[in-house]
Amino acid sequence: MKLAKARPYLMIAPAMAVIGVFSLYPVAYMLYLSFFKWNMMGPKIFIGLKNYGDMLSSTDFRQVLGNSLEYMLLSVVAAVSLSFLLALFLRKNTAVNRFLQASVFAPYVISFVSIAFIWSWFMDSDYGLLNYVLKLIGLPAVDWLNDPHVALKSLVIVSVWKGLGFDTLLFVSAFHTIPAYLYEAARLDKARPFAVFRKITLPMLSPTLFFIILTNIIASFKTFETISIMTQGGPLNSTDTLAYYIYQYGFKFFKIGYASAVGVALMLLVGIFTILYFLTLGRRVHYR
Amino acid sequence: MKTSGKAFSAIGRALVILAIAAIYIVPFYWMLLTSIKSQGDVLVFPPTFWVAQPRWENFGEALSAFPFLRYLLNSVIVSVAIILCQCLTVIPAAYAFARFSFKGQKALFAIALASMMIPAQLVFLPVFLMESRLGMINSYASLILPSATSAFGIFMLRQTFKQVPEEVIEAARLDKTSEFKIMIKIMLPIAKPTIATLALFTFISTWNDYFWPLVLTTDDRVRTLPLGVASLKMAENGIAYHTMMAGNLIIIIPILIVFLFAQRQVVKAFTYMGKK
Repeated sequence: MKLAKARPYLMIAPAMAVIGVFSLYPVAYMLYLSFFKWNMMGPKIFIGLKNYGDMLSSTDFRQVLGNSLEYMLLSVVAAVSLSFLLALFLRKNTAVNRFLQASVFAPYVISFVSIAFIWSWFMDSDYGLLNYVLKLIGLPAVDWLNDPHVALKSLVIVSVWKGLGFDTLLFVSAFHTIPAYLYEAARLDKARPFAVFRKITLPMLSPTLFFIILTNIIASFKTFETISIMTQGGPLNSTDTLAYYIYQYGFKFFKIGYASAVGVALMLLVGIFTILYFLTLGRRVHYR
Repeated sequence: MKTSGKAFSAIGRALVILAIAAIYIVPFYWMLLTSIKSQGDVLVFPPTFWVAQPRWENFGEALSAFPFLRYLLNSVIVSVAIILCQCLTVIPAAYAFARFSFKGQKALFAIALASMMIPAQLVFLPVFLMESRLGMINSYASLILPSATSAFGIFMLRQTFKQVPEEVIEAARLDKTSEFKIMIKIMLPIAKPTIATLALFTFISTWNDYFWPLVLTTDDRVRTLPLGVASLKMAENGIAYHTMMAGNLIIIIPILIVFLFAQRQVVKAFTYMGKK
């Protein structure tokens, strides 16, 4: 009898232990470190909230925060709208559509490092194919990765290109779950196409739509490889985002306390967006 | 009038199809082409779309720029170990959350779910400090343990286990089948597609992972392929795109071939995942 009671706890113990040690404890430890000045070698010196004060008054931090938010906004809007349109276009199960779906999905299984390499060559300002194509159709060349006004958008293009197949697939499968009789009824009622979209398609797709929005928000805050390989945060810090900033302060400048404070800020940001999601969008999701 | 409209939309559709295909295929073709060009062929403008004399040495140069076989072996070891660990931790946990009711179940499940919102890019610094205090840096364990479970996996598999009809289990219990046997003989076979999908998901993400190995290792003996490829950029003075693309091709080809052959299953598996 006693064993029966302990059994579920024993079964979840290994998983919960890993989560505790590698997710929860690090968060607590990071919070603790954010109150100290420490260079990884010498003694830790308690300095209260000074790291947070430094962070908030730093123009670098404000720029990095702005970059992260801009990156998030651009990538979520682009990923959601493009994958939706693509799914709309490819939803019929034909050979051509299957081929296109597979091609769009292919980059999803490839390492971000490889993708970053391919695109930095593609976007090379002197010898890159992209500028060649632009010149061919009579447009001016773009300094994709060296122009501070363009570089962040170039990185968004790369990550949207890589992730599009997955989101499209989710939308296509969501399209297939909408029962045909709903459209049939709408047709009999002579409903206008826009009304059909707004009253049937959109509500039926909403769980998928909101799932894609949330995963893209979190993915945007995780962006690291493209920055590290394609721009190193430059030019003029225009592509430096929170994850890369923390990495720089932790592993290049050894300012552990400060990096931890920024880490706490990033965690709050992820938390805020997750909670906002569940309070607003998540609630309005139409579940079957 | 109507027919010409139809013809127009067919042409429009064909153009869109071509555009999508070009956007997704040209970058790969360009990589392939660059990988067999010489440095001189790479640095010409306008670029050439065919190579008269392929330069196969690029591949040898890329392979010798870092200890390729060692990195390959490390990638295999780490990916396989992580998949095995996840099976051992995820399956029982998902089963317990799905089929038992116990005190604190809701809170514990919520904690597991919340951990999905804590990506590596958030906690790598404390994890690195913790592992270096324990002397784990530059070991396989340092790479395997942080990914030894998957909250996402627990969530997905719990859904699957919950969908098994209660009668099936009741019948087995009446036959005095032990709980353990019920799990192995009845539940696992039912959950097989989900487990296979999760394993595939985990394989893709660990095989391609750059971030954890970058943070937790400094030693060739445990570093994995993505770091090797990334090192090609620093390998030579200036950027040698032809070597970079050759190295890139070597690590992309296997996973792309697997994808092309298993493409239907992969797409099906991910679609299946998406429906949940």
